[in-house]
Parts: sequence; structure tokens; C-alpha cells
Amino acid sequence: MMVTAIAMVRLRNLFAVVMLSGIFSLLAAVLYVVLDAVDVAFTEAAVGAGISTVLMLGTLALTKSEQKVTARRPWAPLFMVTLTGALLIYGTLDMPPFGDPTAPIHHHVAPRYIEKSGSEVGPSNIVTSILASYRGYDTLGEVTVIFTAAAGVLILIGRGRRRGRKSKDILKSEGMK
Amino acid sequence: MKFKSVLRVISKLLIPPIMMFALYVQFHGDYGPGGGFQAGVIFASAFILYALIFDVDYARKAVPAWVTRTGLALGLMLYAGVGVFGLLLGGNYLNYSVLAQDAASGQHLGITLIEFGIGVTVASAMITIFYAFAGQNR
Repeated sequence: MMVTAIAMVRLRNLFAVVMLSGIFSLLAAVLYVVLDAVDVAFTEAAVGAGISTVLMLGTLALTKSEQKVTARRPWAPLFMVTLTGALLIYGTLDMPPFGDPTAPIHHHVAPRYIEKSGSEVGPSNIVTSILASYRGYDTLGEVTVIFTAAAGVLILIGRGRRRGRKSKDILKSEGMK
Repeated sequence: MKFKSVLRVISKLLIPPIMMFALYVQFHGDYGPGGGFQAGVIFASAFILYALIFDVDYARKAVPAWVTRTGLALGLMLYAGVGVFGLLLGGNYLNYSVLAQDAASGQHLGITLIEFGIGVTVASAMITIFYAFAGQNR
């Protein structure tokens, strides 16, 4: 993953960058499988490696596929990124070690989900019963986010053609007068 | 890409299994990994593959833009509507236990319905965004 990330930063051919970002998502999906988070891996493979790559290719068809070389060195962004990364790593120092059974996350509501979801909700996939039933509000919010995203894309660029036609019609009718 | 016969034949072979797999992921999400989000994306990707290999105009004929726009809203309404229906039947919002005779089958029915709503919304959203991008270069 490190190699693909560095290659993505260094490359100027945007087509290769899009392909590499797909590979990066696939590697992330493999990482999630290793961590036993199959549902997340599934989503990452489908969304990250599948759909977003296709949408990026669709965008590339509209723009040039070579990145412009910028003359000045972007030191300020580099500083910001390094600072943010350092802060994030500093934030993880307080967290309990990975796989620690005494970590608070394993003692809050997780045991109840694991023990009771079979009788309370039913599906043998606990992820589904948490996502759809215990956390129904959250998932409703997620679906609303997706709806809003698509509606935003439609408002921004989706109706351009129709508006163009309308303005042509207006021009025509004005020309007739 | 009108004359790439290898791509056309292979994608014709692949698209129906991809759609079947999306339905499997959709309705088998209770028992295995998967659910509405993944199924919607897989379904949309099969469709976008068709649009890429053949032509966006053919795809627009198969599923017009108004269908995906309606589906976008209908999926979300189905999800929220299940919640309101539970409210009318005397439960809390999005509590599926009141939807059927006993709690377990009510939960099952509710989860199936809202997962279907998620799937419809996600697939429509992806196809809508793809149409919006594909409609730019003309």
C-alpha cells in the first residue's frame, strides 16, 4: 500500500494514478479481510475499487490525462499534511493495544449484540442486524447522505443539457419575434 | 468502443452473473457478508459496464434517467416508510418487531424491506451520477 501511495503521488499520468488508486482500494480490502471485517472489505472492493475507479475514468474522459508540472515547491501543504499526520498518530497513542480484550469498546454494547442479536433480531450475520436494526437511525442517515450526494450531482451538472436546450428555445422564440 | 468484439462478447457473458450476484448479496445479507449498500453498488457496476462497452445511449434506452431518479427517492421513502409504518402499528420509529405477528418475523420483514430500499437508492444514485458524468462530453 505504501508503494502504491508513493507511486500515485509521483506519477504524472492520471490514467495510471486512477488504476493505482483502484489497486490501493483492493489492497485495503485485503487488509480488512485479514482483520476479519468481511462486510467492510466487501464494501471497499465494490465502492473503492469498482465504482469510484469508473467514475474517475469518466472524469478523465472529460479532462486531460496528464498532470501539469507546477513550478513552485508546495512546502506549506507538505507541512500541514505532516502536522495533521503527526497529530493523528499522537491521538492513537492513548488507545488500548490492538486486540486487547479489556478495551472499553469490547465492554460497552458489543457483548449484548453478540449474545442477544440472534434471539432479538434474528439474522445470523450480526453486522446486518446491528446495521439494520440496532443502528437503524444511523443507516437511514447514511442512505440520506447517498441520496443527497446524487441529488447534488444532479443539481450541479445533471441538468445542464436540458437547460441548454431551453435557452436555445428561448433564443429561437426571441428570434421569431 | 463499438467494434471491440472480445470486450462485447465477454461483457455480455459477464453482466447477467454480476446482476445475479448483486441480487444474491442483496437477499443473502442476513446470513452472509453483504447487504443493500454492496448489492446496490454491484448492480450499478454491471449496468455501468454495459454502458461503457456498448453505448451510454443504449443504456439510457434500457433504464431512462427518470427511472433512476425515481428509484433514488423511492428507496429512501421505502426505508423511512417502514419506520412510519411501524409507528402507525404502535411501535417506536424503525422498530420492526411490530410489523408481523411475532417479533422475529417482524424483524426479518423489516430488515429485508429496508435493505431493499438501501439497494434501490444506492444503485440509482450510482447510475444517476454516472449518467450525469457521461452526459457532459457532448
